[in-house]
Amino acid sequence: MSPAAAGTRERVRFFDATIVKKAVMAITGIILFAFVVGHLLGNLQVFLGPARINAYAAFLKSNLEVLWFVRTVLLVSVLAHIIVTIQLAGLKAKARPVGYVKKQNPHTSVASRSMYYSGPMIAAFVIYHLLDLTIGAGHPHFAEGEVYANLVYGFQQIPVSIAYIVAIGLLCLHLNHGIYSLFQTLGWAHPKYMPRIKRAATVISILLFLGYISIPVSVMAGVIHL
Amino acid sequence: MNLILHVWRQKNASEKGRMERYEANDVNPDMSFLEMMDVVNENLITQGSEPIAFEHDCREGICGSCGFMINGIAHGPQRGTTVCQLHMRHFKDGDELYLEPWRARAFPVIKDLVVDRGAFDRIISAGGYITAHTGSAPDANALPVPKTDADRAMDAAACIGCGACVAACPNASAALFTGAKISHLGLLPQGQPERSRRALAMVAQYNRELFGSCTNIGECEAVCPKEIRIEVISRMNRDYLKAAWKDRSALRDDQAETEPKAGGRR
Repeated sequence: MSPAAAGTRERVRFFDATIVKKAVMAITGIILFAFVVGHLLGNLQVFLGPARINAYAAFLKSNLEVLWFVRTVLLVSVLAHIIVTIQLAGLKAKARPVGYVKKQNPHTSVASRSMYYSGPMIAAFVIYHLLDLTIGAGHPHFAEGEVYANLVYGFQQIPVSIAYIVAIGLLCLHLNHGIYSLFQTLGWAHPKYMPRIKRAATVISILLFLGYISIPVSVMAGVIHL
Repeated sequence: MNLILHVWRQKNASEKGRMERYEANDVNPDMSFLEMMDVVNENLITQGSEPIAFEHDCREGICGSCGFMINGIAHGPQRGTTVCQLHMRHFKDGDELYLEPWRARAFPVIKDLVVDRGAFDRIISAGGYITAHTGSAPDANALPVPKTDADRAMDAAACIGCGACVAACPNASAALFTGAKISHLGLLPQGQPERSRRALAMVAQYNRELFGSCTNIGECEAVCPKEIRIEVISRMNRDYLKAAWKDRSALRDDQAETEPKAGGRR
């Protein structure tokens, strides 16, 4: 039997291939990135006054089928993103049983180095964030539908704002590597465009960071108030 | 110049290894790193000790035999250079150097700094070739190849299979090696008929060898003595995903399959 025949005979099953797992990570990453952008655009309406953002929130909740469809897609994406990460991290742990006495990783960016840490911390923040502003648990003055007031009360507590800013910072760090990495993973890389994609990923994550933190900063500075 | 070496010593695959300290005195800056090691070994032999085992062959930077970690960097601090082409002038008197073998489950240590890179051979034999007999070199323009494709194929073909990419990768992934081999043939007209099958078979073997998964960090391209770029990993991903998606039903029936579909070859 020729080696090629062996290759065709015992192929690795579709979802067992590391490249397919990475593709799942990339595609779910795109979905979650789209949510991060959409969520920011929705949130920024806070600058247009309480009526506008409360109306927007009511609009989002007006069609329950659509709302739960989107929520299901997001939840499935988050879970798939986490599951393949755990699987690949397990492989990584096994792939080098004896470690180096000395090892330098001079070309690893801070963003890529911290993916395994930023990810779980973002997940923890998302759970807190949902409890705080979607369900209302632990929020001092939560009122269903009163998005503007809930948000202002929330961010008037300095520790909440600081936790939010740190979490957004981690999210944008995560995206800085993630946006670039997904092009590489899905095979859309080209030596000519990759440096531009890398730069674009940095610019996009900085813009997202500034966009998101503008809200707690404005509340703390008193620009947005009740 | 005088150097202090901390070298991984391991008698055989089953024994547990450890770092040992050696002094390399009166090192000539014009020596290559391996020549410096030769001198250290001659002294060890004179003293009646076991010399440090390391792999080497051409000592011209083209065979892919040599390579180990120097202070945590595969092939040492000089970019685009194998250990045999790394010269001692890049080091200073009094430097302390940690020499370790490539570390990966897929690359078990045979002795000291020598590892078994048979996993790479198995990835190649899974599909890193063109099945048809190509005969002798064809007329230069009989089969037109765009210049950019020829250049990119040549860049990928420069891979000497040294294993530095795996060693440098925080995930111990062989994506750069496999990607280079897949891209090299996938960019040329002769490689087209088997392009999908090649990607499926080689990636399957790369997964079976239990290398880690690529996280697009880029440590591999930084240490590659042939400066192969991670673009080849992206090409591999594209070829594999396309082929796997087209072929997913066949993959599902795999267990039942007794005879390979593309049979009839030698």
